[in-house]
Amino acid sequence: MHELYTAIFEPGFFGSSQVQVAATVGGLVAIVSAVTGVFTVMRGQSFGGHALGDVSAAGGSGALLLGLSPVAGFVGLGIIGAGVMDMIGVRRLRGRDLATGVVLGAAIGMSALFLYLTSTTSATTGAVQQILFGSIFATPAGTVPLAIILGAAALVVLVVVGRPLLLTTVSPDIAAARGVPVRLVGLAYMLALAVSVGLSSLAIGAILSTALLIGPAATALRVTRRVTTALVFACVFGVAATLIGILLAYDSYYWGTSHEGLPVSFFIVAVVFLGYLVSGLPVIRAAAGYRAGADPAQAARAAEREELAA
Amino acid sequence: MFAAGFMMNAWITATIVAVVGGVVGYFVVLRGSAFPAHAIPKGAFAGAAGAALLGINTIIGLGVFALLGALGIGSLGRRGRHDVATALALVMMLALGAAFLSRTTEYEPELYSLLFGEVLGVSTSEILPTALVGLGCIAGIAVLYRPLLLASITPEVAEAKGIRGHRIEMIFLVILALATAMTVPVVGALLIFSLMIGPPAAARSVTSRPLLAMILSVVIALVTVWVAIAASYLYNWPVGFFVGVLGAASYGCGRGWAAWQRRGRARSAAVPALAAGSGRR
Repeated sequence: MHELYTAIFEPGFFGSSQVQVAATVGGLVAIVSAVTGVFTVMRGQSFGGHALGDVSAAGGSGALLLGLSPVAGFVGLGIIGAGVMDMIGVRRLRGRDLATGVVLGAAIGMSALFLYLTSTTSATTGAVQQILFGSIFATPAGTVPLAIILGAAALVVLVVVGRPLLLTTVSPDIAAARGVPVRLVGLAYMLALAVSVGLSSLAIGAILSTALLIGPAATALRVTRRVTTALVFACVFGVAATLIGILLAYDSYYWGTSHEGLPVSFFIVAVVFLGYLVSGLPVIRAAAGYRAGADPAQAARAAEREELAA
Repeated sequence: MFAAGFMMNAWITATIVAVVGGVVGYFVVLRGSAFPAHAIPKGAFAGAAGAALLGINTIIGLGVFALLGALGIGSLGRRGRHDVATALALVMMLALGAAFLSRTTEYEPELYSLLFGEVLGVSTSEILPTALVGLGCIAGIAVLYRPLLLASITPEVAEAKGIRGHRIEMIFLVILALATAMTVPVVGALLIFSLMIGPPAAARSVTSRPLLAMILSVVIALVTVWVAIAASYLYNWPVGFFVGVLGAASYGCGRGWAAWQRRGRARSAAVPALAAGSGRR
């Protein structure tokens, strides 16, 4: 029994302060991302969610160049990017793709410049990799309180606008007819998304930011129709994937003889991706009472009808 | 600026890339496929990292991953929604890239150039393959032109006419994958995207006629890369920065032009109405 235990949890796993920080930050970010993600998947804004990660990474590289606080760079440029996307037409479905793409293109150009200038003016090695991939194990403990505050702020915004946001997601026309300020609610959602994504790409890197935003939420919306259940499921799956990923990455150091280990982002994404694939299996979908071809937007509509009827 | 051999190579390859980007990009914008257009080259770059690890040609790694990405997005997105499938395929490819990169340490400079492009470092031997793949992409678009256009604008009508939407989608994603795999070493994984969005979007807001818009999109893309190379040569800043900013700026100009046109039309429509109003009084 003890051997099995040490085979799963390699020695020093629970004692390592690095692991503790990674698990705390990763878990928190996973929860905030999962909640934001459910709205994001339902609204069909995955591209926006991913693009804002790259936009905030551009802000991060700019902050690195100017010597500003990385949090200001990540979250600041993310919010500006979200504002511009909203302004040039993220509201209409057809313009949304384009608005996101244009802002993303400009942000990538800026990243190219900032990273180039950083690499020529200082000897910071690893900046490119750090910005692009990030590493959960490199999170300084000092960012934890700030991460909690920003994450909580994004959650509060989502809770406040949650119900009208769902209604505008399902049917903007009905929402407008009922006096919901559709435009304002959409903007509030975009800002919450920007904060959540900026925070997560700073704390855990751009890859994991998108993976934890979309993966758990999309999986949840495949197995349940009810929004509240989906929110809970997404949080649980996101946190579980993060913890399992951290454990596997820690253990991978002991695999083989080379003692190199594989990056934690690889394992977390692999768990999330597998979960998504499994949730699409016909057996699971049948158990959840789905017909083939049901999509999250339909689920959202069904949930809304139920709530209206109640 | 034109004398040095490497600069000549840069001008030629950039021109090929701009023509392909302008043509393929028109359909990217028309179909709302901006996310796959971003995800395929970005994910494909992970293939280059894998190829470097195995010691094989980076182009092979790029091509394999671009194709895998395109097929993955197409088949995962078949039921349910496209954007979720794209996001997940992208992160999975990037995660593999991160795993590959963790095995090598001397990859950082190459990483930057693969992501943001190294147009000034194109060798003469790379021009011919780039041109051939580019020609293949344009030929593919030309052959598919009618059904692709119909399936992009009115999917229902296309279905009714017996055009299989999903098959068209798959073929288009493969063309997109080829176009991006060929351009990644030149303008970088991230910037081919700017080239495929800004110029076509600008062209579309100026004219709604497909062929004209496509030609205009190629012209804007050409001007964008030429100015970007010249500026990069003069100021020694990365080409990618200029491509990204000019791409967004051209879209801004296109939108401005469209708004100005609309206002002009509204005014000329308002004048007779006004005249009629005053006549009644």
